[in-house]
Amino acid sequence: MNKAARTPWYFLTPNLVIFGVFTFLPIVINFYYAFTGGVQLYPQDRPYVGWDNMATLLDCKNYWDVSTCRKDLFWRAVWNTAYFSVLQVVLMILFSLITALVLNRKIIGRGFWRGVFFYPVLLSPVVVSLIWKWILQRDGLLNAIVVAIGGEPVLWLGEPEWAFFWVTFVSIWSQMGFYTLILLSGLQAIPADLYEAAQMDRASPWRTLWRITLPLLMPNMIVVGVLGAIRAVQTFDNVFVLTGGGPGSATMFVVQYIYQTAFQEQIRLYGIAAAGSLLLALALIVLTLLQLRVTKAESAGERAK
Amino acid sequence: MKLQRNRIIVAMSVGVLLGIGSQAVAQELRVQCYSDGNECEVTGDIAKRFEAANPGIKVVIDKVPYKAVVEQLPVQLAAGEGPDIGRVTDLGGLNKYYLDLTPYLGAARVKYWQDNLASTLSWFRSPEEKAAGKGIYGLMSQLTVTGGFVNKTLFEQANIPLPPATATWDDWMAAAKKVADATKTPFAMAMDRSGHRFAPLAVAYGAKIFDDKGKPIMDEGYKTAAKKFIDWHKNGLMPKEVWGGVGGSQYRDAFDEFVNGRVVMYYSGSWQVRRMSSQASKAFDWAVIPAPCGPAACTAMPGGAAYVAFKRTKNPAAAAKFLDFLAGDAVYAELMAKTENIPAHLGVAKAGVNYDVSPAAKTALNTFVADVPKIAKANYELQGYGLNRAVFLPTAQRLGQAVAGELSADDAIARLAADMDEQVKGAAK
Repeated sequence: MNKAARTPWYFLTPNLVIFGVFTFLPIVINFYYAFTGGVQLYPQDRPYVGWDNMATLLDCKNYWDVSTCRKDLFWRAVWNTAYFSVLQVVLMILFSLITALVLNRKIIGRGFWRGVFFYPVLLSPVVVSLIWKWILQRDGLLNAIVVAIGGEPVLWLGEPEWAFFWVTFVSIWSQMGFYTLILLSGLQAIPADLYEAAQMDRASPWRTLWRITLPLLMPNMIVVGVLGAIRAVQTFDNVFVLTGGGPGSATMFVVQYIYQTAFQEQIRLYGIAAAGSLLLALALIVLTLLQLRVTKAESAGERAK
Repeated sequence: MKLQRNRIIVAMSVGVLLGIGSQAVAQELRVQCYSDGNECEVTGDIAKRFEAANPGIKVVIDKVPYKAVVEQLPVQLAAGEGPDIGRVTDLGGLNKYYLDLTPYLGAARVKYWQDNLASTLSWFRSPEEKAAGKGIYGLMSQLTVTGGFVNKTLFEQANIPLPPATATWDDWMAAAKKVADATKTPFAMAMDRSGHRFAPLAVAYGAKIFDDKGKPIMDEGYKTAAKKFIDWHKNGLMPKEVWGGVGGSQYRDAFDEFVNGRVVMYYSGSWQVRRMSSQASKAFDWAVIPAPCGPAACTAMPGGAAYVAFKRTKNPAAAAKFLDFLAGDAVYAELMAKTENIPAHLGVAKAGVNYDVSPAAKTALNTFVADVPKIAKANYELQGYGLNRAVFLPTAQRLGQAVAGELSADDAIARLAADMDEQVKGAAK
């Protein structure tokens, strides 16, 4: 290998080592744990159990009725995660789009408002959740307002439906700024002459949005959708602080289930947790492939035009 | 001149080497400590005196949150890492990592430990060691007893007398309900979200906890108590957000509910006395009630935290010396007095602890001490059971789900039994 060919490796090696040690090696170890059982931490002490851990997690008479599953909590977490991901991503795209469209217009204090919407992204998820917890607890700010206007205090985090609503809301509130920024950059990349042409043709604002803005913004929206979905599936820290997965298991997601199984219980079933991680990884791979496929189709469409 | 300079250099070099040598001789003990009140601070003060009496041993107190002790310490220990000494609550569960102090104490001190701390030494032992009565692993720095606190001011305002010492859980609940209604207090009672706190209720209603082979079981007593407990929530006697408001098997105390006057009665334990004195006393009069009864027993749950040394320590003799120092009559009495805890040390308990606390706190601590002889065998056995969290954690998880309305009482009990069974089997692999 000549000097010119070696040079890139000098730059790549440190990063490769870090990725190798902290990303790829844990993946390999995770596979090992998923196929071994017991409560021992050291790999050499763990007996090989084959597909037992997977079979335990997947043991269900009816996947739609979690009470028939051996690991009912895992399936509650799976369905909660699926429901949350769909709801959160759809609403996130919708609100991010509306916000980006508004912030793209020449409004007073546009820079300030862009900062306001992006600000929550800069906060730690734990801080965000703690602030919202203070607002939403029984004696919190929101109930103080409710009582002040003559209402009864509501258990915002104690009733399953409300807790799920607020988990979704806080998650959107804290992340929306980032996705708004992506859509805003997409909006600004749309050539102004297209809008001028539409204006000359007397196209209505709705038609302009439907026929020009949204189609040209689609690549950005796909990115937002896929990034949002991947992040939604991985949701843990903010929800863990806000509700702890409760009430009951109403807001327990897959990552919390894995964490609880591996680290919170006295009997730490690392094998089950690792098998759960692999199933989660599988879902993420499917989402990523979907993104690649859609992006590819988009590019092919662009080329065909 | 040159000779003198050389001498100075040689002298300095020797000095540096001696310095390094003395540093190498110094033994550092890292003590991982969580605190319910001021336990770590008091231990730190005592450690300074220990250091003065034992030059060459340095004690560093690393204060950590309770969650770190429960969740991170076991993983650290399994990986061969961790502190030299830890303040732990999973007394039997971490047994395989403990350092047996016996070889380091000497015959006289071993006898001292056995004479004074025998009642709790078995909690740290494995089942085989329990049978043989061998192994000195830890010092209970905080013997706790669960119990109920009542808002006396609310009882007085409602003009309802406190039920007698023989009152059952139902009697207490009925009285607290009357007080809550009369004083427009939102709830009658709250209990910390913990299987440990639930255990006295279960045993009072006849739970045996273990079968003849020593395996945890879900018997009729446990089921009766669980159903009663779920019903109390359904009927609005207990706040739903404590047990139903969080997920998983997470711990949540109900101290804030009591201090903020939202409940008439609060079931927690002796470790709350210090907080009660500093926070609740400003707002109302409070008292500790005798252990509530059931058809089977008037009982409470023992527990607490202990200092244990770990096998991985590079300074086992120093670790044993420090724990032995803490176990000494005078030092232990001081530790109990300053942290306002109940002594597990027979000699100190007999001599009495000179608590420098308010009359209410003193009465409360004495009530807890008076409950100790009432504690049922099943509660002691559960506390000493190495896998007791396989009972406690699923209890919090499943009853929490039932309280939240996610599972029926029967389903919750069935799942709880399955979880316990699975956890115990998992541990055996």
